[in-house]
Amino acid sequence: MKIQICKQFNTINNEKILIFKKGGQRVQLLLFLILGPLITAFFMLLVRREAERNWIVKLSALGIGAVTVILLVSMFDKGTLYYSFPAEQTSLLMFFIEIVIAVFILYLGVKYKNYLVVGLVLLLSAMMVYFEGVYAHTIDVRYSLFIDQFSIIMALIIGIIGSLICVYALAYMKDFHEHHRELQDRRNIFFFIMFVFLSAMFGLVFSNNLLWVYFFWEITTLCSFLLIGYTKTEEATKNAFTALWMNLLGGVAFAVAILYLATQTDGIMSLDALLASGKAIVLVPVVLIGFAGLTKAAQLPFSSWLVGAMVAPTPVSALLHSSTMVKAGVYILVRLAPIFQATLSGYVLAFIGALTFLIASGIAISQSNAKRVLAYSTIANLGLIVACAGIGTYEAIWAAILLIIFHAISKSLLFLAVGTVEHKIESRDIEDMNGLIMRMPKIAAMMVIGIAGMFLAPFGMLISKWAAIQAFIDAPYGFVFVIILAFGSALTLFFWAKWMGRLLVVTPKQENLETRIDSNIWIALISLAGLTAITCFIFPAISSTLIEPFLLQNYGNVAQLSQDNIIIMIMMLFMIVLLPLSILLPRHKHRHLTPYMGGMTTNADMSFYGAIGLKRDMKLSNYYINSWFGEVKLQTLGIYLCTGLIGIMVLTAAYAGAII
Amino acid sequence: MISIVGFVAFILVAPVIGGLIAGIDRKITAHMQGRVGPPVLQPFYDVGKLFEKEKTVANDTQRFYVISYFIFMIFTGALFFAGGDILLVIFALTLAQIFLVLGAYSANSPYSHIGAERELIQIMAYEPMVIIAAVGMYVVTKSFNVSTIASYPQPLVLFLPAIFLGFIYILTIKLRKSPFDISTSHHAHQEIVKGVTTEFSGPSLGLIEVTHWYETVFLLGFVYLFFAFSPLLGFIAVAIVYLLELLIDNASARVKWQLVMKSSWVIAALAGVVNLAVLYYLGVG
Repeated sequence: MKIQICKQFNTINNEKILIFKKGGQRVQLLLFLILGPLITAFFMLLVRREAERNWIVKLSALGIGAVTVILLVSMFDKGTLYYSFPAEQTSLLMFFIEIVIAVFILYLGVKYKNYLVVGLVLLLSAMMVYFEGVYAHTIDVRYSLFIDQFSIIMALIIGIIGSLICVYALAYMKDFHEHHRELQDRRNIFFFIMFVFLSAMFGLVFSNNLLWVYFFWEITTLCSFLLIGYTKTEEATKNAFTALWMNLLGGVAFAVAILYLATQTDGIMSLDALLASGKAIVLVPVVLIGFAGLTKAAQLPFSSWLVGAMVAPTPVSALLHSSTMVKAGVYILVRLAPIFQATLSGYVLAFIGALTFLIASGIAISQSNAKRVLAYSTIANLGLIVACAGIGTYEAIWAAILLIIFHAISKSLLFLAVGTVEHKIESRDIEDMNGLIMRMPKIAAMMVIGIAGMFLAPFGMLISKWAAIQAFIDAPYGFVFVIILAFGSALTLFFWAKWMGRLLVVTPKQENLETRIDSNIWIALISLAGLTAITCFIFPAISSTLIEPFLLQNYGNVAQLSQDNIIIMIMMLFMIVLLPLSILLPRHKHRHLTPYMGGMTTNADMSFYGAIGLKRDMKLSNYYINSWFGEVKLQTLGIYLCTGLIGIMVLTAAYAGAII
Repeated sequence: MISIVGFVAFILVAPVIGGLIAGIDRKITAHMQGRVGPPVLQPFYDVGKLFEKEKTVANDTQRFYVISYFIFMIFTGALFFAGGDILLVIFALTLAQIFLVLGAYSANSPYSHIGAERELIQIMAYEPMVIIAAVGMYVVTKSFNVSTIASYPQPLVLFLPAIFLGFIYILTIKLRKSPFDISTSHHAHQEIVKGVTTEFSGPSLGLIEVTHWYETVFLLGFVYLFFAFSPLLGFIAVAIVYLLELLIDNASARVKWQLVMKSSWVIAALAGVVNLAVLYYLGVG
């Protein structure tokens, strides 16, 4: 393999000084992360015995996780490094794979009579063939791979959280097939796709060549399509196709952007060139790629695919929501944020994100299915990230990256915990989780940590929202976004707190259901719960070593919390950690009384004699306020509003492009 | 930037002031209703008596929630009077409230459960307005620090009139006054027994009462910020606002939670958008 030179940009007084260095051993780390999961994936197809699969997955997970950490340690202070790579041959190989995939999807589209998908694939293929035949040879991207601090952050998220989810999936999928004997056991394919997915995500975040970004982008679309349809039930197939057509639509926009760049600009085909060129020249393709980002990040009007994806086994949901897929969407938006900044199109994009945040948070209130609550919360938080990217100031990007990190950790923890609970209580309904702290104390405690991580001070997501408030108010017209954020946060508070309350109800003594939970599940859950807490303690370090240098290089400015506030937050964290210990303090003869039931005679198990002397059990249930926050009503509203806004976004970009 | 004196002073003095306010509140309320009313120090006697009572609980986790509620509410107010970041103050306030709600949930009791749900609705109703108020202060003074906001030489209320009125509106929720005392009430009449506090008794209930004193002082401190350019005027304004809340409390009947939520949001949105937009176009900020 030829690795000629690596180029390093050092930003000194905002002047880029090129330093050419020989070697570039570190590119091997990048290649390992892209190709390693791919090799594991093929192993997954080959192995037949479960024990073998188990240790290969665990070893690979450990390897991938370790390499991302090595990547962090060796690269965090190196700025941005670009690597040249034999692009022509690789691009040809990618083109070939794309054609194979197109044929495969065409076959499935015809088989399941989904002509929308067929049409989109034909359109996409026509564009790619046209590009390959007419323009490909004119384009020369010297540095196809690159790495900077933001890529490192993404790699850590994919490498650590993604791997943990794969480990969890080992035990979960075994249970899953025991629970669903009617389904064909295709775990080989399942793990194959999971690892291809990780590989594609690594490729995506390390690619500087836009053609490569596009290639990996389409691979993630395909992987999510196959994983959502894994069970092959009617519903799964239907939802998989919904996800497919929506993401293919984004793919079409991406392809148009590539054609536009090839024809209208001087062959700009890499991220660094895109960002270095004038805003006005590339606004149209950037908005098109932004549209692709909106579909992938499941923003309104495309939110339904992510909610539909809940039919897939839980590890798939966890993977889609935390470290892959939707994060690819916001990754590209955050990358392109400098172009969006201070443009009308950028503001419209931010408005789409903010509205999605508000509407999805509202819908989450009306949901009692835990996975759907998590799905809408993901859509909402991605909306907030999109809003930050659309604003595009250094403060907003600081908030956006914090949101990406903290959301990935807490959300994966919550999905995996819900999945575990579901297999034990045979339900994913929040009402059925009443008093879970008595039945599954450890897992309920981890869920509480995850939920706290999503909305309470001093945990991650709240820090990020705080950063977002600061970023919005400092931006022109930002007060509109602050107000939307204030209302949206109040909604999130309601649905998280009532779920948390349900878990913590102390019911009369019940059987402990936490027995016989596989060690792989505990490994994943405990690691993620630990990460949720630890990242709150070390986030100032994450910010100063990774995010701030990234901001300095791209924006020449940094955002951070003041020293005072960090100290106060850490004080709060310590209090939160210490206060639960008060339960363990010696009890001074507290007399236990049954709760007040309006004078009704009750037993310790909270049953009472109702009218005509029938013994009834007391049952309490949360508010869902369907008349205000009903899914159909709010979603319809959101689809109309956001579709209109997307139209405006494209028009403003086209207008700006036409002026030149 | 953070003043340790303010921090400690709040912890020590606030319950005394808060208890006195509660006593004066009851006296004035009684007079409004044509009664003589209890002595001004009655709230202290009440709390003292609660601490004397037998310790009964619905479950062992309740104590943790009450203690956390107490500590984080003190933390909220202390951080405010120490001149800390006002957004962080608001987040700490929410955290404290959530602990009370969780305590009510944990009891597995119908009345406290409805109280908890309604308390959450109250939080959802008032929180946007509080954040908008903080943001408004930032737009004018360029700082989120209470110390900087308090030393702003011009009257904030003149820049933020709509936001000030919106804040007064939700203050009724926070002070647990009619017509917005839906989750629990100071008065004896409540359709859900004692709502969120139903299952707390004895020392726990006493602690909740003291916590509410701390909270009252903090909230009045927030009102004071709008007038901080002149301490004298500030104190007068705070007194008038509190009397106004008392008058509303005694002159109105409790409304449904739907109205609390809708009206608070409409007012917060209107006050926020109009006031911030005007500031933006005037070039303040």
